[in-house]
Amino acid sequence: MAESSAAGRRVGENRLVDGVRAYRMIAAMWIRSTMAYRASFAMTTLGNFAATALDFVAILLMFSRVDALGGYALPEVAFLYGLSSVSFGLADLAIGSMDRLGRRLRDGTLDTLLVRPAPVLAQVAADRFALRRLGRVTQGALVLAYALWTVDIDWTVPKLLLMPVALVSGAGIFGAVFVAGAAFQFVAQDASEAQNAFTYGGTTLLQYPPTIFGKELVRGVTFVLPLAFVNWLPAAYVLDRPYPLGLPGWVAFTPPVVAVACGALAGLAWRAGLRTYRSTGS
Amino acid sequence: MDSAGDSAFGDGAFIEVDRVEKVFDVRRKTGFLKRERRQVRAVDSISFTVPRGEMVGYIGPNGAGKSTTIKMLTGILTPSGGRLRVAGIDPSRERSRLAHRIGVVFGQRTTLWWDLPLIDSYRLTHRMYRIPDARYRANLDRCVELLELGALLDVPVRQLSLGQRMRGDIAAALLHDPEVLYLDEPTIGLDVVSKARVRAFLRDLNAERGTTVLLTTHDLQDIEQLCSRVMVIDQGRLMYDGPLAGLHEAGESERTLVVDLERELPPIDAPAPARVVRVEGPRQWLAFPAAQSAAPLVARIAAEYPLVDLSVREPDIEAVIAKMYEERATA
Repeated sequence: MAESSAAGRRVGENRLVDGVRAYRMIAAMWIRSTMAYRASFAMTTLGNFAATALDFVAILLMFSRVDALGGYALPEVAFLYGLSSVSFGLADLAIGSMDRLGRRLRDGTLDTLLVRPAPVLAQVAADRFALRRLGRVTQGALVLAYALWTVDIDWTVPKLLLMPVALVSGAGIFGAVFVAGAAFQFVAQDASEAQNAFTYGGTTLLQYPPTIFGKELVRGVTFVLPLAFVNWLPAAYVLDRPYPLGLPGWVAFTPPVVAVACGALAGLAWRAGLRTYRSTGS
Repeated sequence: MDSAGDSAFGDGAFIEVDRVEKVFDVRRKTGFLKRERRQVRAVDSISFTVPRGEMVGYIGPNGAGKSTTIKMLTGILTPSGGRLRVAGIDPSRERSRLAHRIGVVFGQRTTLWWDLPLIDSYRLTHRMYRIPDARYRANLDRCVELLELGALLDVPVRQLSLGQRMRGDIAAALLHDPEVLYLDEPTIGLDVVSKARVRAFLRDLNAERGTTVLLTTHDLQDIEQLCSRVMVIDQGRLMYDGPLAGLHEAGESERTLVVDLERELPPIDAPAPARVVRVEGPRQWLAFPAAQSAAPLVARIAAEYPLVDLSVREPDIEAVIAKMYEERATA
């Protein structure tokens, strides 16, 4: 008993470390669960790859008729597509199953997570961890590789550095959208479709150049739901393109700041959502 | 935050519930965009204490507030009012810390990993609860032996029967040596043999380890065989708190003696308060107070009538509570 309360105190020390630890343990369990059906895993991963690759096929078909889209040539659109797909794919792989929270709320199984000594956010994030989503990341990475191979970029050190930073920050921004969407499900349990509009819809939007969209939409995607920081702004810098909305050049380097801010806001939303659940139980 | 710890309560009150209430805002659609807000008191100023090592049955009809109480005791729900302590911890404020000291079994929601061998779920618990290796092994061995899980450890959970899974779930809730175990309908849907096994295990656990047990159930036999004390909740209020025998008295519940005679006969002339309530051919039904032994009645009938067979039916909890409720209403 003395030992267990000491363990209790130790657990309380660092929620972040605890969360990551719980996340890894649960995700590993889901991977092993998936591997109980190897053939099914191989098929769904391939399916995930093929289904997401259709998005790029659509772009290829368009370019069979036109030479440029909003002033962007095929390799440049592929660059946008690759950045967006890999960022989104990483977030989707890591915590994409959070949109199943609504189901757990409806059938009451969230309670089984609440009686475990681990942060609930980490447990929900790792819930139904699906390795098949590597399919999307893989196809995004292939398109990005193709873009880097074909597009004519005047590489400099800042541009090289910006690439990994943009990918990770983009994943962070999408991750924040997933968390915020899940938090919203505490209030509206069937909101996963609305969330999909921002996540899956968002990544589709980002696969095209900002120049083909209306100013209002671009403004919304920059200042309200800052998805433009995932790829449009960093890509404008790397490709030496004019910035959407006439923004200054340095904004290309702000994605990490935006990601951290979004993450913090999403975290607050999650806490508020969980508090609502624990006071209403539904 | 109250961090007085266990010492503040000693062994006197391991679970302390003092005028705890839970009020839900229920919103109902009454028309297009029109909503009516209504407050529902799921738990209405309940007070009780449970000393360390007691086994308590917590019963009541569906929607009476049982689950809401358990959810507050486990830290899932935050009470709207009152004071609540488990092992000196305020559950809703220190949910994670409390989790190390309690075990919870949700009868109809397994926490085991469906597609993985049973042992894998235990290994996860081992790591998630940071159970020291030696203790984990000792506890697992004990559970495996007493719950007869040896042959099941390498079987994927989806292939287990309901009874096997329930035993698996109970073991999972005990690997970290919880001081209190909450069981929500632990025998629901189980066959007679599985029920007996689960009950025997819980009795041993309580006797040998002194684990405090709080269980909700619809099965009166669970209470009879396990609990020295029973609490009845209805419409959010504690209606009864005491020994089971007292509940029968309070509810004036009746058991039924079913007798099969050799041939059709007029209603048996039974000594009051027992009386015949139904006759159907050679079979007759007699009602008698549940607190009273059936033996004298059976002896008398056997002596005076051509008896072929007989059985005793226990009153079910719903009937007892319904009866008790009527009494209160008319009193």
